[in-house]
Amino acid sequence: MALAEHTGDAKRQGIGAYLLANLREYGLLAALIVIMVFFQIMTDGVLLKPVNITNLLLQNSYIIIMALGMLVVIVSGNIDLSVGSVMGFVGALAAVMIVNWDVNWLLTIVVCLGVGGLIGAAQGYWVAYWKIPSFIVTLAGMLVFRGLSLWLLEGQSVGPFPREFQTIANGFVPDIFPAGIGETLAPIFDARKVNVLALLTGVVAAAAVIWSGLRQRARDRAYGVDGEPTPFFVARIVIISVALVFIMYKLSTFRGLPNVLITMGVLTIIYAFLTEKTVIGRRIYALGGNAKAAKLSGIKTERLTFLAFLNMGILAAAAGLVFAARLNTATPKAGFALELDVIAAVFIGGASMSGGVGKIVGAVVGAFLMGVLNNGMSIMGIGIDYQQMIKGLVLLAAVIFDVYNKSRQG
Amino acid sequence: MTALLEMRGITKTFPGVKALDEVTLTVRQGEIHAICGENGAGKSTLMKVLSGVYPFGSYEGEIHYDGQLAQFRDISDSEAKGIIIIHQELALVPLLSIAENVFLGNERAANGVIDWNETNRRTGELLRKVGLREAPTTLVDKLGVGKQQLVEIAKALSKEVRLLILDEPTAALSEQDSQALLDLMLELKTQGVTSIIISHKLNEVRRVADSVTVIRDGSTVSTMDARATPITEDAIVRDMVGRDMAHRYPDRTRRAGDMLMEVEGWNVFHAEHADRQVIHDANLTVRAGEVVGIAGLMGSGRTELAMSLFGRSYGQNISGRVRVKGQEADVSSVNRAIDAGLAYVTEDRKSLGLILEEPIVRNVTLANLGGVSHGGILNENEETAVSERYRTALNIRTPSVFQKVMNLSGGNQQKVVLSKWLFAEPDVLILDEPTRGIDVGAKFEIYGIINELSAQGKGVLMISSEMPELLGMCDRIYVMNEGELVGELTAAEASQERIMSLIVTD
Repeated sequence: MALAEHTGDAKRQGIGAYLLANLREYGLLAALIVIMVFFQIMTDGVLLKPVNITNLLLQNSYIIIMALGMLVVIVSGNIDLSVGSVMGFVGALAAVMIVNWDVNWLLTIVVCLGVGGLIGAAQGYWVAYWKIPSFIVTLAGMLVFRGLSLWLLEGQSVGPFPREFQTIANGFVPDIFPAGIGETLAPIFDARKVNVLALLTGVVAAAAVIWSGLRQRARDRAYGVDGEPTPFFVARIVIISVALVFIMYKLSTFRGLPNVLITMGVLTIIYAFLTEKTVIGRRIYALGGNAKAAKLSGIKTERLTFLAFLNMGILAAAAGLVFAARLNTATPKAGFALELDVIAAVFIGGASMSGGVGKIVGAVVGAFLMGVLNNGMSIMGIGIDYQQMIKGLVLLAAVIFDVYNKSRQG
Repeated sequence: MTALLEMRGITKTFPGVKALDEVTLTVRQGEIHAICGENGAGKSTLMKVLSGVYPFGSYEGEIHYDGQLAQFRDISDSEAKGIIIIHQELALVPLLSIAENVFLGNERAANGVIDWNETNRRTGELLRKVGLREAPTTLVDKLGVGKQQLVEIAKALSKEVRLLILDEPTAALSEQDSQALLDLMLELKTQGVTSIIISHKLNEVRRVADSVTVIRDGSTVSTMDARATPITEDAIVRDMVGRDMAHRYPDRTRRAGDMLMEVEGWNVFHAEHADRQVIHDANLTVRAGEVVGIAGLMGSGRTELAMSLFGRSYGQNISGRVRVKGQEADVSSVNRAIDAGLAYVTEDRKSLGLILEEPIVRNVTLANLGGVSHGGILNENEETAVSERYRTALNIRTPSVFQKVMNLSGGNQQKVVLSKWLFAEPDVLILDEPTRGIDVGAKFEIYGIINELSAQGKGVLMISSEMPELLGMCDRIYVMNEGELVGELTAAEASQERIMSLIVTD
């Protein structure tokens, strides 16, 4: 009896300790859920209506795309303040090329991504090889590219874009399954129509999450690693897979999978893999964690910094294309102050200002958290004044929580 | 003599660990009291309890100071009572002047306006007291570590210190500066200042201490009184490690094999001042299975030589030839040096050797990620297995290889750095102060690892400021002075006197 009590106690302590050690990850997920439930109630269910979920994804797509690159830059120990301006500039360039110069839209996309890469490379060059603080270089970049957009657009809005270009942001993946299946399924879900591809994608994604989770656990056990306690593992996997299926189901009863969701999803998976599973990803964390030690371990730190900015430039360009396509016009104001939203998303997602810490998934969840806040408050009719204040306080709270958490772990 | 400080039954628990267990410490008025113990024994924790970093109520036991029960809530409380602690990592602001640093937080001011004349005059007095001949307006940045240490002491004296605590004060100092500091401690003693010194250097402890308290695994093991009978280093070591250490340096069968590394005509110029030559025409060789030492004072250019060899990590305008196993080797960048078969274990493991925020696994594989990946994709299981292998082989004491290295003791951190370089499979390891700041037990283990490497046919080039260590470990010793290799001694020829005379007569 006494023994049983003792082991029970030890186990409870283990779970408690695990929760404490990983409070940040679970806290972020919990915060997102709480905020979504809160707005779902406050907006009388509007938040999770299919049309609003679609909107939410489209509205935040360019933030998330840039957050991926920003996470890499911040983990490497730098910052990029220019991404909003670069995004605006590339959107403007696309508009001028397609609308004013009649360039083919596909060629335009390629050129724009290349220009983004060049811009990133130019900034990265000064940061990496001249050791100019990235804050300064990209602050300069922010002003320069803001000015260049104005100059390129001559202060006017340019648009509209051809239909093909618009589909980058506003298009949906057509259902590849025969319409008959969707029509048969529709009555079951009490919906007008069902996009089978979207539904199936949700199920497959959920299955993939469960499968990879189980595989990781099996591997941990084989190598004697103390992984996540079972209740947490089950809860986390269930929440994520249910959420995936739920969102995809909602989307399937509206217009199906937005093109942008595919872009975002694929990029997120690529960058998560790149940062967590590859040599280059590991080296970026080492660079941010201790640049001198990394250099003395044979890591080409300058080149890595350069690549981080190059990559950021390309992603900012991609975001610029999505943004321009979504608004169907390029304006001189496009992307204004957006860099701050992107940076905030990365920090809410758990990255550290001093580098070496942060995860892609965290940055994406952080971006969604901000997105849901924006969207929910807008639906509730809360003024932009309050919205700004609340977002600012959320960012502060997240970072305070981080710092507090760290100090308590000693 | 009465006791100035009595700590009774101090117990301090952190989540999961008992850092201090019923520790007792009695310091008499006007004495120098040394605290010895291995890294992680709890010395620093004890001092944090004393100075109020861990406030009253967060520990069990009682502190009696000056006949009263002390209940410090923070450092300013203990400082108000004259307890001043000088940490190993100095807490000076480099771009402020000596005077500004000395009175930082304690400014000579009226209504918030600083009286600079008074500040500089008082600082001048304090500097004379500690024997530092520098103007009070000199920037701290311009001073060497030894002089900075003296500024810290001047700062302590400015606060009417009664109990001065020095945590490893000579760890980063040259022999000469260390002696000066110890003399100052003795001088302060005659002025009535009571001191506690924490040190790994037992010869220093023996020189200045009136009493020695040894702490092991969070408990007081013994307190020895030096006034009655002199304390021997062996007695301290025995209490520190809990066993007799007949030999401080493990035995090794010495056998030099084929030529591994030859350096010819190596010249290096200062990293910032292109006209200053730091290394002059250095020639040296390391054979397979050999442990070769480089002796010399601090600033003699030993680290500069090592770092310039290792991928030109130091200096500019470097010339000379390096051959590894008879082949001309390209060491023009760190990766090329690693590919050529070199490894460099830095003297400053925290800022140059490790990524403290990351776990052991990620540190061990950092210099050879190719060894745990295929096509650029990491195999994390392989990585864990590799780390476990080195954890066992080098006896890294940690609950798990996923522990962050910042939570390890100095000796275990050094083993992680060694693991990193062993996994890179070098032919020649350059070890720069491999046992700096680590305790006696871990030192012995590091020596064992070095011997093991030489037995495997690797060449070891070892830089050390501790001459007994070089004499105990090396087959050959190069003596370096002012950027030149001024002599070469075999193990049989070498002695502290020979080495010193080579340095002095040069």
